Amino acid sequence: MKFGVVIFPGSNCDEDIIHVLQNVMGQQVVRLWHKDHDLQGAEFIVLPGGFSFGDYLRSGAIARFSPIMQEVIQFAAKGGKVMGICNGFQILTEAGLLPGALLHNRNRKFICRNIYLKAQTPNSLVTRGIDPQRALKIPLAHGEGNYFADADVLKALNDNDQVLFRYCDEAGNITDDSNPNGSLENIAGVTNSGRNVFGFMPHPERAAEALVGNQDGLAIFESILSLANA
Amino acid sequence: MENQELTTVETARDLGLLPEEFDRIQEILGRVPNFTELSIFAVMWSEHCSYKNSITWLKTLPKDGPRMLAKAGEENAGLVDLGDGIGCAFKIESHNHPSALEPYQGAATGVGGINRDIFTMGARPIAQMNSLRFGDLSLDKTKWLVKGVVKGISHYGNAFGIPTVGGELFFDECYNINPLVNAFSAGIVKAGETVSATSYGVGNPVYIVGSATGKDGIHGAAFASKDITEDSVNDLPAVQVGDPFQEKLLLEATLEVIKTGAVIGMQDMGAAGIICSNSEMSAKGEHGMIIHLDRVPMRQENMKPYEILLSESQERMLIVVEKGKEALVEAVFDKWDLNCAIIGEVTDTKRLEYYMNGEKVADVPADDLVLGGGAPVYKREYREPAYYAENQKFKIEDVAEPENLVEVAEHLIGHANLASKRWVTDQYDSMIGTSTMTTNRPSDAAVVAVKGTDKAIVLTCDCNSRYVYADPQKGTAIAVAEAARNITCAGGEPVAITNCLNFGNPYIPEVYWQFVGAIKGMGEACTKFETPVTGGNVSFYNQSSDEGPVFPTPTIGMLGVMDEMDNLMTLDFKQPGDLIYLVGESQNDIASSQYLASYHKILAAPAPYFDLEKEYAMHQVVKQLIKHKVIQSAHDVADGGLYIALTEAAMPNRLGFDIESDSSIRKDAFLFGEAQGRVVVTVAPDDQERFVEMMATSETEFSLLGTVNGSGDATVDGELFGNITDIKMVHDNVLHVILGDE
Repeated sequence: MKFGVVIFPGSNCDEDIIHVLQNVMGQQVVRLWHKDHDLQGAEFIVLPGGFSFGDYLRSGAIARFSPIMQEVIQFAAKGGKVMGICNGFQILTEAGLLPGALLHNRNRKFICRNIYLKAQTPNSLVTRGIDPQRALKIPLAHGEGNYFADADVLKALNDNDQVLFRYCDEAGNITDDSNPNGSLENIAGVTNSGRNVFGFMPHPERAAEALVGNQDGLAIFESILSLANA
Repeated sequence: MENQELTTVETARDLGLLPEEFDRIQEILGRVPNFTELSIFAVMWSEHCSYKNSITWLKTLPKDGPRMLAKAGEENAGLVDLGDGIGCAFKIESHNHPSALEPYQGAATGVGGINRDIFTMGARPIAQMNSLRFGDLSLDKTKWLVKGVVKGISHYGNAFGIPTVGGELFFDECYNINPLVNAFSAGIVKAGETVSATSYGVGNPVYIVGSATGKDGIHGAAFASKDITEDSVNDLPAVQVGDPFQEKLLLEATLEVIKTGAVIGMQDMGAAGIICSNSEMSAKGEHGMIIHLDRVPMRQENMKPYEILLSESQERMLIVVEKGKEALVEAVFDKWDLNCAIIGEVTDTKRLEYYMNGEKVADVPADDLVLGGGAPVYKREYREPAYYAENQKFKIEDVAEPENLVEVAEHLIGHANLASKRWVTDQYDSMIGTSTMTTNRPSDAAVVAVKGTDKAIVLTCDCNSRYVYADPQKGTAIAVAEAARNITCAGGEPVAITNCLNFGNPYIPEVYWQFVGAIKGMGEACTKFETPVTGGNVSFYNQSSDEGPVFPTPTIGMLGVMDEMDNLMTLDFKQPGDLIYLVGESQNDIASSQYLASYHKILAAPAPYFDLEKEYAMHQVVKQLIKHKVIQSAHDVADGGLYIALTEAAMPNRLGFDIESDSSIRKDAFLFGEAQGRVVVTVAPDDQERFVEMMATSETEFSLLGTVNGSGDATVDGELFGNITDIKMVHDNVLHVILGDE
């Protein structure tokens, strides 16, 4: 599959996701510069992690105005697949492509460590191939990852099976203690109602190689590709 | 220069210059300097830029080695050959004074500055570390400093996007007023793609790129060159403000512009801003420059010439470009939406001529400003302090051995100096770049893969400043040895060091004695370990008017290389039943240990046992054990002694240990003494024979301590010291309890 990875000024996980898609998963990847209007025929758009435009205002608040985002929004409206990781997730909520918002972490600090996640729905491209009982160990790295949505949106997310991942403990229990950032209902990632836009805070690209000593993130990439190839 | 006010010796003194230095400036110029010129000399001849009180001794350090690509002091950072056409640029630098006044920005700009030193050479940073020292953690001020410094490093480093993979954290009341914030960065560059901090070629344009220039950080270098006093708060404008977003753009644009082939030389704007880059690059290239200060992009109005010259506004670079290739350079900075302005051109006069709106405001010879040129060099007097002789009188027999050693163990496990650092490290992005191999494999040093090669770099920062205070020479040799031990235990080969020399006021002979001793000890140990000194930085004046100097703290940042990644060795116990051995000798020694200092509250003691030759020999044995896959884990015995080393190895997999002490030495010394030259290893029962055979053919002592157990109990001579789950709960949360937060 041909992936397009958008590079905003201040993106800093762009090369990591490109490395994993290209060298670990063996996929074709094109780099999409934020000032461009051409998606270069990419079939799956990824918004990477980082600090787009420094994130001085609110994470993702400026990036959504980049020229390339007009194309990404149109692409998504036509059912094109778009996935945001960390800052990418923040940009997608700011752009209105995903519901909810990412607030400052409950402890008001940046958090970087391994946490555990459980896939919440078999009905999405990114979770379809993942054992729902499995607690995946995935790194987290953000200051604003505290997922929030109002009661109506939250209800709709649950009713429509739009929650992709929830934080859990090593044994897979979804508890407040295992919630690293204060996210509502331990939500770590969601999809839109059209189920073609995906966003989550954890970084599976940091857990996809023997080199780093953790390959749990592969489950997410394999899920995306197995369905795409089917 | 008619309109420029001439200066007097009083003005010179106000700017931190000595009367004889003022005389020397008049000799160099052949006239009385104006205020702009005097400011230039004052900042360039400040301790921070000129190393005038340290360079004589720094020159005695070993600098040569087969892997050296740039000699110490020649470039912005050290550069060593990792083989296969790959170079590693690395350096450590202090940001102590700014952090003492404004911890968040002080620490943040420290991170920014050290990274610019790396990428100005053409190297892409791949890993950072920091070495932090604060005062008594029960003080509110210390808590404020810790929180601010860590947040500053966190925000700048994380947004910049380079993993923070290791470091140090140490508390002692000597750092109450003057904390130490030392930042390290390492970057990778292909051989032949490095850029030098030089300037030549008459008519070549001189560019300033990156952030606009403001009034922040003026006289920052001079500020760093005096003691901290009650009036230091008035120096707040000397603290710079950082913008990691600009730094990230500058990194990408800089590395991209190097690829155009248009760059003659480049240097970042650090201490002393434009004047420092202008003079160092011109002196190195043996050329001059004409600079129009009004062409510098500014973010404040009405800046005076000396303010523009001395501003330490962050995220700026000076680039000398080959004439005719301007368009190539400007296109790159336009892409990244960064300022890019021609402010002057290269001349053959070897002088720096500054103009403001067409009027000449300063005219000085470049070479006379810089280290190695005309900057003053002093030999300071030094004198052994009275405390040193007192320390030697210490005898272990004078310290009563506590009856309850379990209580001592609990005291140490709960001590901030030995606690888990996760309150700090969880705020740093340690995994970005997907090359950090030690996130999920606890190890004595950080191991970071070099993408596109089969190699990894191995990094550690070490200095037990209590040892250095006790005995500067031996203590500093220990710091080098501990760094080498950590690299070795992680499976690396020590290559070279960078140092950050944090001391008090060099004009105090007892302080200078500490400095001289430290340099001697460093030289001896670096020679033995064949780890040349590639550079670093000297930070004097780490003392307050009322509390005296900090412990002498020569932080060692060591770089190692791992040519085969499966040589990586971890510190954690792996399996119940594995045998625990001590490689090296137990000693009847508790000198300068955390145990002696915080449990017995005795500070007058010599440095702990250390034998450089035996230490070196022990490292070679450990390398063989790792290479031949004889051991399951290796962890050095350092702060807190053997007991702490064992619990650190036991915690990751929640395993326990049953060990027997050595009846020939005191049990408190056996468990908590900090004698050097020791490593705890574990051996699978099937490998015991191979292990014993390999050890027996070496000259290094070794002894069986006991075995790893699955129950998690920590027992010594059959006495239960605790269960590892409980120990880990305390160890993990010491800093959270003190500093707050979940």
